[in-house]
Amino acid sequence: MNSTNTPIPTPLNALHRELGAKMVPFAGYDLPVQYPTGILKEHLRTRAGAGLFDVSHMGQVVVSGDDAGAALESLVPMALIDLGEFRQRYCLLTNDVGGIRDDLMVTRRESDFFVVVNAACKAEDTVHMQSSIGNHCRIEPLESRALLALQGPRAVEALGELNAGVADLKFMEGSFFDLTGDRCFVTRSGYTGEDGFEISIAADHAETLARLLLKHPGVTPAGLGARDSLRLEAGLCLYGHDIDTTTTPVAARLAWSIQKARRAGGEREGGFPGAAVILDELANGAARSRVGIRATGRAPVREGAPLENAAGEVIGVITSGGFGPTVNGPVAMGYVDTGLATPGTALIARVRNRPIDVEVHKLPFVPQRFAR
Amino acid sequence: MSTFRFTEDHEWIRIDEDGEGIVGITDYAQEQLGELVYIELPDVGAEVSQGDDCAVVESVKAAGDVKTPVSGTISSVNEDLADNPQATNEDPAGEGWLYRIRLADDSELDSLMDESAYQAYLNSLE
Repeated sequence: MNSTNTPIPTPLNALHRELGAKMVPFAGYDLPVQYPTGILKEHLRTRAGAGLFDVSHMGQVVVSGDDAGAALESLVPMALIDLGEFRQRYCLLTNDVGGIRDDLMVTRRESDFFVVVNAACKAEDTVHMQSSIGNHCRIEPLESRALLALQGPRAVEALGELNAGVADLKFMEGSFFDLTGDRCFVTRSGYTGEDGFEISIAADHAETLARLLLKHPGVTPAGLGARDSLRLEAGLCLYGHDIDTTTTPVAARLAWSIQKARRAGGEREGGFPGAAVILDELANGAARSRVGIRATGRAPVREGAPLENAAGEVIGVITSGGFGPTVNGPVAMGYVDTGLATPGTALIARVRNRPIDVEVHKLPFVPQRFAR
Repeated sequence: MSTFRFTEDHEWIRIDEDGEGIVGITDYAQEQLGELVYIELPDVGAEVSQGDDCAVVESVKAAGDVKTPVSGTISSVNEDLADNPQATNEDPAGEGWLYRIRLADDSELDSLMDESAYQAYLNSLE
């Protein structure tokens, strides 16, 4: 990480500035929080058409070697040895007490695994992987590649104009495609709840690709602000806020991401950091649970706001919250005692010392529209 | 007279013909916050002291505190903002006003910046 020094520009920095973006330092990078269009419209246009996001700050890592799958399985509670070629999987790096070190996307390719990690975690993740599995496989951070996310119902149409083959990808699949003369690795995935793609492209081709995509009438440049409100409405966790080293996969309601093979009675049961805690919670539940929170009024309920039961006892906390443009109202996520995690449960959020009526709400707030 | 006075926190106040103050946030402030989605206004009748947090302007991303430029009693608030907080984006010095206040001490106005001082202050922030 580099957060104390000058923020690092991404390969699209000049384009962001040309488009009039408001730039902010984020995880050590200089990134657009919004363009002159504004967060609300960027959000709504992504859900109606497509948004183009620069996510080049995220870490791209290639893990290779004959034992790469088994080596990665020793760090995550997910099944990767038997993951099909060019299939992608959502993974969690866990720690010894069952907490989450990072969440990542892993795609199996012909002879390696392509891994995308959070910007704020990438230095630590690389050290962690190197020190724990570096003797069994090769870990190579890709420093000279940009990452673009094209998200929304018209993403397939816009990217398909540049290479029709992308339309054949299914949700959570990846493949190589020629785009702007570079051999890009494209996955059909993203973090907005919409259909879309993430495109790993050589840094010196990234601006050409972005400009071509922005020529499409359905595509809007979108910044970190819209990315945050989109993922929040989609019920997706933001690392460092909704999940961290103190939250377990079960408490975070991410148990769906743990395949049978790694669970009790599975063919490769356990064998990942924190397995004792996580297997116990899979069997017996966790004390607290991540839930959606919907305020009944208009006032946004934001990160850090305590949640109280009817008796005024603190029974949880908001971990991300704000205004959901598609919902057209405040949306939030947080943790509550598991006994209070049922949708419809009435709670109080304390905002600037005022009580705000809220309700546990099922996630996502907006239906996911993936191309399955 | 309706000259505007400004704070370093980007609130404005102007005094109407009855001597009552009208308070809002500046164009710079609304620009920094981005599109507003909710505005929390003070209770009518509340007594406030210069610099107290008196209202909250919330955008999609963030919440900003509004400190009252002067001490006094809140006499009314802009009810239209409940349904249309973006009026404060579109016309921060007009339709997007926040509240009216009966001043406790007119001399507090002297501690605020006039238009040209505020402009110079904004330039110093660039």
